[in-house]
Amino acid sequence: MSAYGSVTDRLARNSYVLDEAECHIEVNQEIARSTGTGKLLVRVCPAQVYGEAPDGTISVNYAACLECGTCLAVAAPGALTWHYPRGGFGIAYREG
Amino acid sequence: MSDDVDFDVIVIGAGVAGSVCAHQLAKAGHEVVLIERGSEPGSKNLSGGVFYCRVLDEVFPDFVSSAPVERRITRNVLSFLNGDSHVNIDYWDERLAEPANAVTVLRARLDPWLAEQCEQAGAMVMPGVRVDGLLRDGERVVGVRAGEDELRAHVVVAADGVNSFLARDAGVRPKEPQRHLAVGVKSVIALPRPVIEDRFRVTGDEGVAYAVVGDCTQGVAGGGFLYTNRESVSVGVVLRLDDLGARGLSSSDVHDHFLAHPAIAPLIRGGELLEYGCHLTIEDGPAMAARDLTRPGLVLIGDAAGLTLNTGLTIRGMDLAAGSALAAARTVAAALSTGDCSGEALGAYRTELERSFVGADLRTYGRAPKFLENPRMYGDYGRLLADVFHGIYTHDLRPRRHLVGAALGAVKASGVGLGQLARDGWAAARAL
Ligand SMILES: Cc1cc2nc3c(=O)[nH]c(=O)nc-3n(C[C@H](O)[C@H](O)[C@H](O)COP(=O)(O)OP(=O)(O)OC[C@H]3O[C@@H](n4cnc5c(N)ncnc54)[C@H](O)[C@@H]3O)c2cc1C
Repeated sequence: MSAYGSVTDRLARNSYVLDEAECHIEVNQEIARSTGTGKLLVRVCPAQVYGEAPDGTISVNYAACLECGTCLAVAAPGALTWHYPRGGFGIAYREG
Repeated sequence: MSDDVDFDVIVIGAGVAGSVCAHQLAKAGHEVVLIERGSEPGSKNLSGGVFYCRVLDEVFPDFVSSAPVERRITRNVLSFLNGDSHVNIDYWDERLAEPANAVTVLRARLDPWLAEQCEQAGAMVMPGVRVDGLLRDGERVVGVRAGEDELRAHVVVAADGVNSFLARDAGVRPKEPQRHLAVGVKSVIALPRPVIEDRFRVTGDEGVAYAVVGDCTQGVAGGGFLYTNRESVSVGVVLRLDDLGARGLSSSDVHDHFLAHPAIAPLIRGGELLEYGCHLTIEDGPAMAARDLTRPGLVLIGDAAGLTLNTGLTIRGMDLAAGSALAAARTVAAALSTGDCSGEALGAYRTELERSFVGADLRTYGRAPKFLENPRMYGDYGRLLADVFHGIYTHDLRPRRHLVGAALGAVKASGVGLGQLARDGWAAARAL
């Protein structure tokens, strides 16, 4: 939490075009758990797309994704499938 | 050369690299399409925002007066930040205003303007389309695939940025080692123009750029930045991925820590958050760009080619994106005119790059990434500097020592060691 609100509050000010039909992120729960990638994703993602449930399952809120690719860069092989949203969907920066 | 093409050249990605390249080729009379996955050029793009723009003199002669740029940077502050102290080197110079050396930009405003210049030069701009892969004929890249559609061209230019899925598809880039990459987390905070002028001591369209090392990243290799725009500031952190992972910190927490730091918070006080965003950037451009950047029918430019230089004091990606775009445009134009777009013909791109400032600067800063791996950069040296000045300015009635004595005392107390300091100093001079 900062003077500018939680990350979720801040993202609510951003402009997104949500792709209702297609999620662009998929976590392989088993590999994410065994390699520690799950916990790592929760920490490194600036948009807090990833969450960890008490049982260790990694949740994905793809609607918040800022499409930086950090998660893919740090994920262990096989733990994450990640590509850009379909053309025209996703974050639409107004400042950049 | 096969005539069975939709365009002479397909450029993928309407960032600085793609737009400059498409513009040059269209202006030379070639049939060019510029494909962008964002619904508008710039809508996916984020940079810290200091564009060393002299490279555009030859492309858009009145760039600074006609493009939507923010401020001319005439003041550069290098800040060594600790938890409760900082030492700043504050360099202001009127000579940086004219000709404009560097301007701040916001990509969601700059990139649409660049794409518009492409359109005016005769290129077709195709936003809202994600390229999904390359089309090949044997070894040769002959076009791109986007959903059900296929487009063919003599040459494909991949300007699809730091994540470049096309460079991976082409086999140029392996999974990138994490130390080659960093994540930038940035806020744009609105402040009224008079507040910016008073707070940052700038007038008219002049502005200031802070580069911060030390406590800004809570010890993670990387740094902080704060740049003034017309009526906002861009402020954030850049965190090397391997070190962020190793230190167990959260990227948004590190960003928040920086904005709340007593040295930074007063500079943005009272401002309204306009946008919170993030983007990957490149830490070891020299290593990434050393790869072969062409394949038969394919050229990589800008971040897709690994062309960003992080010198610790500046991140330079946009000027290298433009510089590589110009080098690629010259290569592609020559190949199209001879009708030979094979790997060999496009291999001339390397020579063009080497001849330009891009190649020269890659050589000059080849050692910088290694030097910036030195953990003392992100903690010890900021404290050491503050201790030296503390020794000079505190008058606690104990007998004063000469400057040299005070400095040596601080070095001794820091635990860094004189020999280490000398070695790091020499390495810094050679790397930066
Ligand atoms: C936090 C941060 C601070 C920075 N600070 C500075 C700075 O102060 N000065 C500086 O010079 N540089 C800075 N940089 C680096 C600079 O932003 C980049 O080097 C520069 O943007 C690279 O330009 P580009 O055109 O190669 O790539 P990009 O600007 O990333 O453009 C790539 C384009 O390709 C599009 N695209 C990607 N994939 C596809 C696809 N499959 N199909 C269609 N379109 C696609 C994207 O939407 C995008 O428009 C910074 C970077 C970051 C992250």
